[in-house]
Amino acid sequence: MSPGGGDRPMVPKAEFESYYGRPIVRPPVWTHDIAIYLFTGGLAAGSAILAAGGQATGDPVLRRAGRAVTMAALGASTFFLIKDLGRPERFHHMLRVIKPTSAMSLGTWLLSGFGGVAGVAAASEFAPLLPERGPLGLVRRVLPPVGAVAGYGTAALAPGLATYTAVLFSDTAVPSWNAVYPDLPFVFAGSALASGAAVGLVAGPNDRVVQMAVIGAALELGAGHRCEHGYGLLSEPYRKGRAGKLLKAAKVLNAVGAVGAVVGRRSRVVSALAGAALLAGSVLTRFGVFEAGVESAKDPRYTVVPQREQANGKKVNFPSA
Amino acid sequence: MGNSLYGPLDDPATDAGFTEAPPRMGFFTDTSVCIGCKACEVACKEWNAVPEDGFNLLGQSYDNTGGLSANSWRHVAFVEQPAPAHVDALTEAGTQFLGMPLSDLPGRVTDAPRTDFRWLMMSNVCKHCTHAGCLDVCPTGALFRTEFGTVVVQDDICNGCGYCISGCPYGVIDRREDDGRAWKCTLCYDRIGDGLTPACAKACPTESIQFGELDELRTRAAERVAKLHEDGVTEARLYGNDPDDGVGGDGAFFLLLDEPEVYGLPPDPHVPTRDLVKMWKKAGLAALSMVATAVVVFAGRSK
Repeated sequence: MSPGGGDRPMVPKAEFESYYGRPIVRPPVWTHDIAIYLFTGGLAAGSAILAAGGQATGDPVLRRAGRAVTMAALGASTFFLIKDLGRPERFHHMLRVIKPTSAMSLGTWLLSGFGGVAGVAAASEFAPLLPERGPLGLVRRVLPPVGAVAGYGTAALAPGLATYTAVLFSDTAVPSWNAVYPDLPFVFAGSALASGAAVGLVAGPNDRVVQMAVIGAALELGAGHRCEHGYGLLSEPYRKGRAGKLLKAAKVLNAVGAVGAVVGRRSRVVSALAGAALLAGSVLTRFGVFEAGVESAKDPRYTVVPQREQANGKKVNFPSA
Repeated sequence: MGNSLYGPLDDPATDAGFTEAPPRMGFFTDTSVCIGCKACEVACKEWNAVPEDGFNLLGQSYDNTGGLSANSWRHVAFVEQPAPAHVDALTEAGTQFLGMPLSDLPGRVTDAPRTDFRWLMMSNVCKHCTHAGCLDVCPTGALFRTEFGTVVVQDDICNGCGYCISGCPYGVIDRREDDGRAWKCTLCYDRIGDGLTPACAKACPTESIQFGELDELRTRAAERVAKLHEDGVTEARLYGNDPDDGVGGDGAFFLLLDEPEVYGLPPDPHVPTRDLVKMWKKAGLAALSMVATAVVVFAGRSK
């Protein structure tokens, strides 16, 4: 039906046609659990990199904080992923197959592998608590070097864990997630780095952590800007409504966090506040991206107009609302 | 195998690994003869034991179903619109004009004036795409390609992750609220395996829904659209019949009398997996940027 069309010739042709304004693609059935997972998964990845950085630079504070947050974020990720299933008791069906065409399948395997090595790395922190003699004494001696290898292994898997979720979202018919596939992984990569650095800013700030925070926030801001402006009509949901508000607030928090990290690098309090701002910015970025996609699926024009242009092989002059 | 993700594919069943697969089966839904009786919706529900989806009055013409969902695997759309100038061509083509509902018997008032109004009716269904977005993204293997080239959910495997729902460019597959699993048309997998016609096609009184071998249906559809064009119904067009389209052609395709979006269909859909390789490349670059950051930050000299 053409809203505004019909038998009144004075009304200009409708911008696009739809069936009673109903959505064409189905809005995701995923809840905010998935937006939270985007954050916790990114945090787990960022913290794992931070922990490996602590290992490499001989900084036990960063190593321990990174490993602890990695485990906590992993636990939260697993919880929210399973909770969001329609049949949570069947979560293990994810591990029936390895399916290269499904980012969720690959991501589940990646998360499982990441969890395994991260668990070993975290467990190695408890080696000094073991008795020095007997079988446990052997474990006490073996665990630290094994944990060191596992720590670097965790960090090696972390970039995949942080960015596969962008493929997961983009490989859908949700218009504004699908369109931004060239930039979304960089948003998530930056967000993961910034949140990992934020853990360091809170636990034990140093110049390296500040550098990581600045690079992460810059990546998140830059790629986010491209999502918001580089994709014509399909960028619109990233600027409008609730998603627009969330992403604007995220930008402010990320900028404040990055600047605060640099300016306040000699102050534990300012550094911790900057870290908190970066963590909050990362959360809001994930919710904003999630919401923008949902909105783009709810309104049929985001499905119809770009496809109609494609079908007509020409650009229709479409006024931005 | 070429074109497994995108592009024309001779036989999706063979591509999925079947040897000596039977011919690909499908639906051709000719909306020019649909009378909006909804027998297809009812027959589908009865045969497949699909639960009710609410007894609603939507105020959208005679459509009180709304759309395809977990609990509606056939959906009859009703579009009310001003008739094109050459609407009488349909009558000349042998289609009886039904007009608005009258209190009198059809045909008694022989010289009833035509109005400038027409109804478009279309029975929508899962497209059983050559490249099915839902099937591509399913992480459990619950969705599978049958030997007939159709796409079916195994309800004992599905864990309700919801990915298929966002993977479908047509908004067909859906999660059932009180059940948690994904459901959609099976093209009556149980019936066609036994040589029977799917329930909707069996119940259709006007042969608007035609079931058969896809190759034969495509030939039949091309003839039908040519006949309609010959008779002056220039707006008749096929939808989903082209193996070169964004989903490699639909197993269930349509003859429409207006643009697809008027019926709630996407005008130029593509399977999201079309760009999967490019997506992974971008994600790989982003992952490398994280590695580079880590190296620059932590391997650099202490400051």
